Amino acid sequence: MELILALAIGILVGSGVWLLLRPRSYQVIIGLCLLAYGVNLFIFAMGRLYVGAAPIMPKGGFVDPTAYADPVPQALVLTAIVISFATTALFLVLMIASRGATGTDHVDGRERHP
Amino acid sequence: MVEQNLLLLLVLTPFVSAALAATLPIRARNAEAWLAGLTMIVALVILGVLYPALTEGQSITGTFRWVSSIGLDLTFRIDGFSWLFMVLVAGIGFLVILYARYYMSPDDPVPRLYSSLLAFCGAMSGLLLSGNIIMLVVFWELTSIVSFLLIGYWFQRQDARDGARMSLIVTASGGLCLMVAMIILGQIAGSYELDAVLKAGPQITSHRLYPVVLILFVLGAFTKSAQFPFHFWLPNAMAAPTPVSAYLHSATMVKAGVFVLLRFHPALGGTDAWFQIVTGIGMTTLLLGAVVALFRHDLKGLLAYSTISHLGLITALAGIGSPFALIAAVFHIVNHAVFKASLFMAAGIIDHETGTRDMRRLSGLARVMPVTAMLAIIASGAMAGVPLLNGFLSKEMFFEATYVWNNGGSLDNFAPYVAVLAGAFSAAYSLRFIVTVFFGPPATDLPQEPHEPPLLMRLPVAILVAICLAVGMFPQQVLGTWLQTASMAVVGPELPHFSLKIWHGVNPPLIMSLIAMSLGALIYLLPRRLIDSGEDGTRLMRRLDFARGFDWLLQVFTIRLPRFALRVLSANGLQSQLRAMVLLSLAGAWFVLRRLDWNVPMPELGASELVFALLWLVGGTCAVGAAWQAKYHRFAALVLMGGAGLVTCATFVWLSAPDLAVTQLLVEIATTALLLLGLRWLPKRDQEIPGDNNLTARSRRARDLLIALACGTGMTALALAVLLTPPGTSLGDWFLRNAYVEGGGTNVVNVILVDFRAFDTFGEITVLAVVGLTVYALLRRFRPAPESVERPRPQLDAEEQALEAYLFVPSVLMQWMFAPIIALAAYLFFRGHDLPGGGFAAGVTLAVGLLLQYVAANVRWVEARITVLPMRWMAAGLTTSAAVGAGSWIFGYPFLSAHAQYLEFPVIGKVPFSTAMLFDFGVFSTVLGAIVLMLIAIAHQSLRVAPRARAPETDEETR
Repeated sequence: MELILALAIGILVGSGVWLLLRPRSYQVIIGLCLLAYGVNLFIFAMGRLYVGAAPIMPKGGFVDPTAYADPVPQALVLTAIVISFATTALFLVLMIASRGATGTDHVDGRERHP
Repeated sequence: MVEQNLLLLLVLTPFVSAALAATLPIRARNAEAWLAGLTMIVALVILGVLYPALTEGQSITGTFRWVSSIGLDLTFRIDGFSWLFMVLVAGIGFLVILYARYYMSPDDPVPRLYSSLLAFCGAMSGLLLSGNIIMLVVFWELTSIVSFLLIGYWFQRQDARDGARMSLIVTASGGLCLMVAMIILGQIAGSYELDAVLKAGPQITSHRLYPVVLILFVLGAFTKSAQFPFHFWLPNAMAAPTPVSAYLHSATMVKAGVFVLLRFHPALGGTDAWFQIVTGIGMTTLLLGAVVALFRHDLKGLLAYSTISHLGLITALAGIGSPFALIAAVFHIVNHAVFKASLFMAAGIIDHETGTRDMRRLSGLARVMPVTAMLAIIASGAMAGVPLLNGFLSKEMFFEATYVWNNGGSLDNFAPYVAVLAGAFSAAYSLRFIVTVFFGPPATDLPQEPHEPPLLMRLPVAILVAICLAVGMFPQQVLGTWLQTASMAVVGPELPHFSLKIWHGVNPPLIMSLIAMSLGALIYLLPRRLIDSGEDGTRLMRRLDFARGFDWLLQVFTIRLPRFALRVLSANGLQSQLRAMVLLSLAGAWFVLRRLDWNVPMPELGASELVFALLWLVGGTCAVGAAWQAKYHRFAALVLMGGAGLVTCATFVWLSAPDLAVTQLLVEIATTALLLLGLRWLPKRDQEIPGDNNLTARSRRARDLLIALACGTGMTALALAVLLTPPGTSLGDWFLRNAYVEGGGTNVVNVILVDFRAFDTFGEITVLAVVGLTVYALLRRFRPAPESVERPRPQLDAEEQALEAYLFVPSVLMQWMFAPIIALAAYLFFRGHDLPGGGFAAGVTLAVGLLLQYVAANVRWVEARITVLPMRWMAAGLTTSAAVGAGSWIFGYPFLSAHAQYLEFPVIGKVPFSTAMLFDFGVFSTVLGAIVLMLIAIAHQSLRVAPRARAPETDEETR
């Protein structure tokens, strides 16, 4: 389980970084999204992996924290998901506005001359 | 306690009045003058009430707790010295306000002037009354800022803007030096309270950092008090309206420098370094200012250099530091403020009535404005140090101080000669002012016909001149006790007995005075023609043009150096910047992590994990595929990215994070819709980009592939290392134990979000709202590329009706789904506190529901039926969250403390209710508003550009 998730994070981050370094703005957006998946999973994994132990408590009584998944990384990732949507939207708008203004979708605002 | 509150009132009243003054109508000159004048009178009354408590050298301290943890409290402290200074600030302030009422023309926007003047008075009061040395610096910088506004009052004039900028940069940089000095002082003394610092004198002067502190401190004081070589800002600040000059350059702004010199004399003074630096610079400034003043043709220029010179005199006295010298310094501060304010006002009257300040054009004004002439002549006499006027007394004390005090240094032996020479020049320029302006033949080429100003405009000058005379003739009776109180605060209780007298018998100071006066008359009268018609300023000073040097420095530091740094350091273009960023973070991670023990045992893969492995086989393939296709096949890449997202979502389900799974799934939908809407505005990519497959492009890709591989491997290793380390005690344990007991909810993730860490969530929804607004604002001026304006090919190919028929069944279904989706959102919202769901999820759900309606029918049809006001949703959400947070204040709890309980409803039964739920509603509302705002803003672009694009086509057809 751990090995698979670690590999998954590696693949997501690797694809994301590769796209991040590409010249077309759409590639960068997709890259950021993939990177966000990878990073969210990474943060989430910091609380270790639990199967069938969602942090939903019984009402009252003794609570054994070791029987439940760590809620803190989950809370962090939850807001991160929403914020990464917002940044994607912002970047998308920047992308189409810059494309309208410069006439190219190259991230530098001008085509590289071969 | 009454006195302490009065102290606070003394500082606050001017600021409150300043705020009031700024709101008055633009032409309300009388109302402004009344308001400001009353403020000054209130200050004077408060000072009068406080005086009896200060006569024996005591001080009143009022402390208002603020950030005690870093030693910063609002401490205000008044003693005899700051009391006397405050009387000057408020008294001369009152006269200046009266004067300004008649000086300013009806066309000037007076609220700005009066508001700034009052704020300046407040800042100056704060500076004088600060009992905490950090507060003192804060008020110090405040005076710099407000003086910038005052000097630049006529901002339409280039010289006013330049002068204001120059004074701000010089004095604020000095303030920065002063701040560092104060921080070190506080560290040495162990406290930032003024009293403690003043008592720690021996400790400070023997400390190894003393030279550093001293240099930084005098840099602050000298820049403010316009001491050589920082004097150049003061003449340039003469572009201010005359009332401002009269206030800033007589009683307040420039005196702040000498105020701190005297104030901190017990802490920093008394050493040889202090004497050499402070007296040395003071003497230089004294002589230099006096010489240059003689050669200026501009009335205010002459007065400006004279001010510099007199400040040099006070600085020199502060440097000498003997009790007698300190008394003389305090005395001269008062005298100079009085006669210089009256002279500035007189110069202003002359300028106002004749239209010029050029002494080469002014002449014989004594005939046309005899009263003003008489007042100005007496004031200049005080400036020159003529007997029976106040300037004479303090100047004589200065002579005596330089003559009597002797520590054997060469500077000290020189001092009396420099003093006499400067005194001579001072007499010379005063004489020149009198002779050229008021005597001689009547002026012929004046811009206006001169006559006496209104009585009330002359009144402030008359009052000040009367004070000059009164102090000059009956010094002990008029000023003796106040001066004693003030000096006691500076020197200490062992103040030597002194008595202010006009006649001390024939002694060295008197002889020095007489020499200075007669020499001064000779200096001016002998080469009179040359001076009157010569060039402006001395040749030496034109060579040493400090103002130009300052401009050059400014040019170098704000333009050339940054541009150079940009050229050398900045990467060319976003792509290389991103690469640098990635490489730097790789290097940083390597640097931190290489020392870790990486020898972890590989975990075994069990059969039960086969499904999970297969899941990620799909997910990984999707991710790599998206990376592969994003350049030429955007739609495919989008679908593949969605696949990776879904697998991530499934992972969250698998690994006990239902909240994350729900949110991820919903956000996935919204993101896909968003990107689909954006695809239309991108250029076509049905041909290969030129040069995309040549060697450089390939090698670039190979290099980036290596970087990406390194990043991916690194993250895998890192994640594995953490995952295989057994968990220690986690912060999460506390939340798990207390979520139900304290937060009243069983879904711990939601309780953390809306209760324990609600403040973070509040910040996050604010970010979301800001992003939504930014997207909206960016799109308002959106201009698409020309070839994207046409409708996309699939839409053009298909007949409009055929397309609608094709989408008929789905669109009906989507419309039917609207109500269930709303119900789903409500369900997710209400169960959020106990089960997976919550405000975030509900907000995104409803947003997706609304979006579906836009997809199902055309935009106009939807908007005719549903009014969605995303801005209001956002505003309501943020307001609700903030109000819920602030509501806990009413019950005496910190911001955003939540309260939870179960409410008993008939029929339904027990329903959990907590204020956190209201907060969660705010989250829901903001998320909904922001997402809808973004999506609709992008979707609307097609509507906006379509009609405009069609217009030229029809034009061409008709042609």
